[in-house]
Amino acid sequence: MATAEPKAPGKPVEEIGRVAIRFAGDSGDGMQLTGTKFTESTALAGNDLSTLPDFPAEIRAPAGTLAGVSGFQIHFASEDIRTPADQPDVLVALNPAALRANVEDVKPNGLVIVNGDAFSKRNLERAGYSEDPLEALADRFRIVDIPLSTMNREAVGGLGLSQRQADRCKNFFALGLMYWLYNRPTGPTEEWIGKRFKDEVREANLRVLKAGYHFGETTELFPTSYTVPRAKIEPGRYRNITGNTALAWGVLAAGVQMDHPVFVGAYPITPASDVLHELARYRHFGVKTFQAEDEIAAASATVGAAYAGHLALCTTSGPGMILKQEALGLAIMVELPLVVVDIQRAGPSTGMPTKAEQADLLLALYGRNSDSPIPVLAPATPGDCFHIMIEAFRIAVKHMTPVAVLSDGYLANSAEPWRIPDIDSLPKTRVELRRDPEGFLPYGRDPETLARPWAVPGTPGLEHRVGGIEKEDGSGNVSYMPANHARMTELRHEKVARIAADIPDVEVDGPERGKLLVVGWGGTHGAIASAVEQSRWEGYEISRIHLRHLNPFPANLGEVLAGFEKILVPELNTGQLYRVLRAEYLAPCELLSKVHGQPFKVREIRARIEEMLS
Amino acid sequence: MSEGAVKLTKRDFVTDQDVRWCPGCGDYSILANLQRVMPELEVPKENFVFVSGIGCSSRFPYYMNTYGFHTIHGRAPSFATGIKASRPELDVWVVTGDGDGLSIGGNHLLHTIRRNLDIQILLFNNRIYGLTKGQYSPTSREGMRTKSSPQGSIDHPVDPIAFALGARATFVARTVDVDAKHLQSVLHRAHSHQGTAFVEILQNCPVYNDGEWEAVEDKTTRARHTLVLKEGQPLVYGEEGSMRGIRIDQGVPSIIELPDGADPLELGVAVHEERRTPAYAFALASIQPPKFPTPVGVFRAVGKDTYESMLEKQVKAAVAERGPGDLEALLHSGDTWTVAGD
Repeated sequence: MATAEPKAPGKPVEEIGRVAIRFAGDSGDGMQLTGTKFTESTALAGNDLSTLPDFPAEIRAPAGTLAGVSGFQIHFASEDIRTPADQPDVLVALNPAALRANVEDVKPNGLVIVNGDAFSKRNLERAGYSEDPLEALADRFRIVDIPLSTMNREAVGGLGLSQRQADRCKNFFALGLMYWLYNRPTGPTEEWIGKRFKDEVREANLRVLKAGYHFGETTELFPTSYTVPRAKIEPGRYRNITGNTALAWGVLAAGVQMDHPVFVGAYPITPASDVLHELARYRHFGVKTFQAEDEIAAASATVGAAYAGHLALCTTSGPGMILKQEALGLAIMVELPLVVVDIQRAGPSTGMPTKAEQADLLLALYGRNSDSPIPVLAPATPGDCFHIMIEAFRIAVKHMTPVAVLSDGYLANSAEPWRIPDIDSLPKTRVELRRDPEGFLPYGRDPETLARPWAVPGTPGLEHRVGGIEKEDGSGNVSYMPANHARMTELRHEKVARIAADIPDVEVDGPERGKLLVVGWGGTHGAIASAVEQSRWEGYEISRIHLRHLNPFPANLGEVLAGFEKILVPELNTGQLYRVLRAEYLAPCELLSKVHGQPFKVREIRARIEEMLS
Repeated sequence: MSEGAVKLTKRDFVTDQDVRWCPGCGDYSILANLQRVMPELEVPKENFVFVSGIGCSSRFPYYMNTYGFHTIHGRAPSFATGIKASRPELDVWVVTGDGDGLSIGGNHLLHTIRRNLDIQILLFNNRIYGLTKGQYSPTSREGMRTKSSPQGSIDHPVDPIAFALGARATFVARTVDVDAKHLQSVLHRAHSHQGTAFVEILQNCPVYNDGEWEAVEDKTTRARHTLVLKEGQPLVYGEEGSMRGIRIDQGVPSIIELPDGADPLELGVAVHEERRTPAYAFALASIQPPKFPTPVGVFRAVGKDTYESMLEKQVKAAVAERGPGDLEALLHSGDTWTVAGD
């Protein structure tokens, strides 16, 4: 298959360090696909990158309206980057609504490429424009108006496609043009089109991709193309990965490393469904996925599978997480290992299902009746979603406890280049099922971890009963004795607390004492790390920690916090970790809260850091 | 059971826990009969798992010396699903009641039945909430006066048999707590069925709803009020000298008197077939007091693939097609690239 040359002949090529591009169109325009393909080519070009998909919850919102705008931002560079960028340098807007929803985010004097064919009176009205905005915007942005629909239709002429079919190709025109403008290889996308489509649709997409590329080469609208040199990143074998894929693969890896079968109980919910979809494809790993009738049944079946001796996983998002609390309470009571993943989304109730927030921390920590502690973990980056699942299963099995993992909608759908781990370097935890009836006590405990034995049905001589009623210490028989309940409450608490001895200390990025410590957790890692780094360039001295273990906290956390005059806790909620840190450590925390359903912008965190230090 | 294995007895299934049901509760009889049946099922004892929800009936696992899991209200079928789907070799029994199974757990019961896991679901129906001390349940009759319905219940009740049939259960039966012989035979049938076996057990609550099933429990009235379903046999009931038969015309049952010596078939009495149409089974379910007797026995038994066998089949097919999972290959699948050191 022909591959366009990586350098555009005849036009100058300028080298730049980083660029952020946002593709925007109707939710039916294939913007997520366009962004994903651009991401793949960019990864192959050796850049570091970070992406931010932003799409409506509606499958097909009314065409041309603001509600239906779907966007995908990619930030790529020749240096280390951690966020999808605060402001795009380039906006590709396929219609007036996409322009209106996004143009104010673009950097001053940024490049705005619009599909002029879509700027009809009707479409302008749908987008809420009373007149064509391009002329006014030209004062602030570099507007490039191209007749994209027309050129697309011309490119596919003679293939016998309906107009509707033809118009569906136009995202590839935009993609081809951007490939030229940033000197990306087109080969991987061409190969993908070759596999994904058939006959005249394949031919049409290939033609349109090339037409976009060649248009860039020949048009006078773009005098220059750009190249972003390869980034210097840690040597190794890399791939692109989104948080949800990494999370699913982490579950497979946990099963492989523990040499133990996996059971997954789930009910479809945005943005967690992709994990179920991904895991359902790997039955050959011995993974059994069960799509339950509701969130409650999914959690209950998961506890059932854990009781039967499987590595059991339950995936959900906030509205499902609340429905799982009852089953989690039982899992705490019967002390069975399982992992529940809450891929947090914005807002109470249904809220904003496709938008990101990290506001389920208190739910995970305290959302059950009575005193019912569970370990809580949170991945920091899309790639970390892989490792956090191995860690979650390790803790669950070793300490015989349910474990909650808090990902979020941003991590779930964002992609980053990920250094493929060496499998031999991944932790291996041995699953030890109790076999010996001699001296067996259902609630006998390991003296170090306080874990009870995992005694599963089918094991001769270990027949016993468990359930949600309070247990007698040791025998596990039903007990209403006051002193026993106090002891069991303490044991459940102490068992989780002792995990602190089994997790690494938190590492401080920067000096261990000083004026300001920034404390983050979960998917805000990239924005916080970038903000701290950029403020340091300005001469500020700042230290930073990022918590992956939220219950129990790393053993040295109190000592670390005590080393600083001020502590800033940026969170995508109204102050949840902030409250816990203040309660646990009486630490002088200040909160930077953001609840827009969007990740932090680096400059928002920087502004606060610099304000606190000046 | 393998040859040479120790023959189990009822005593092997009795735990050391004090049974804490009220004196006279129908649950005692069900427990004793099930403990009597267990050794006859030829299953290694360690493979039995009893799963229950919340309610009087759900105390059951504590008294069975097998693996037992007393779970949460209404969700026992879902826990059982996780157990059976992950470990098909286990012999899983769900014990639930009319409140646990049909009120809070109605959704789980419906979906578990339709998936047809090879498990037994025993629903003890006493038409009352016992553990919470006497509120009307989803099977309570209309007008029933309870603590929470002092003027009489205004709920239209759900019929467990029709519910199970509606969920396309592959095995549906009804039996009575104190009728030891019938109860044991139904438990045997339920266990040998491949798929979800749903059994409604009419059970007396002597404290909050005493006498609800008196007509079918009392040996002196049982014959007049019970229609015993027998495969291939006409639907007849009653006592010598006053036998009656059931005709079913276009799904509507009616009673006919059977003169001494008359052939029920010639008089159009329906013949019971467990594999007949769902419409027939629903017609049987509509045979209810006060106009009709209470049918007991197997309403319907048909074959269908079980959930766990199809899941295992998919796992095997995936392995056959793609080989056992290879993590290394997966991590390196698709587009990858190498970053070399400087």
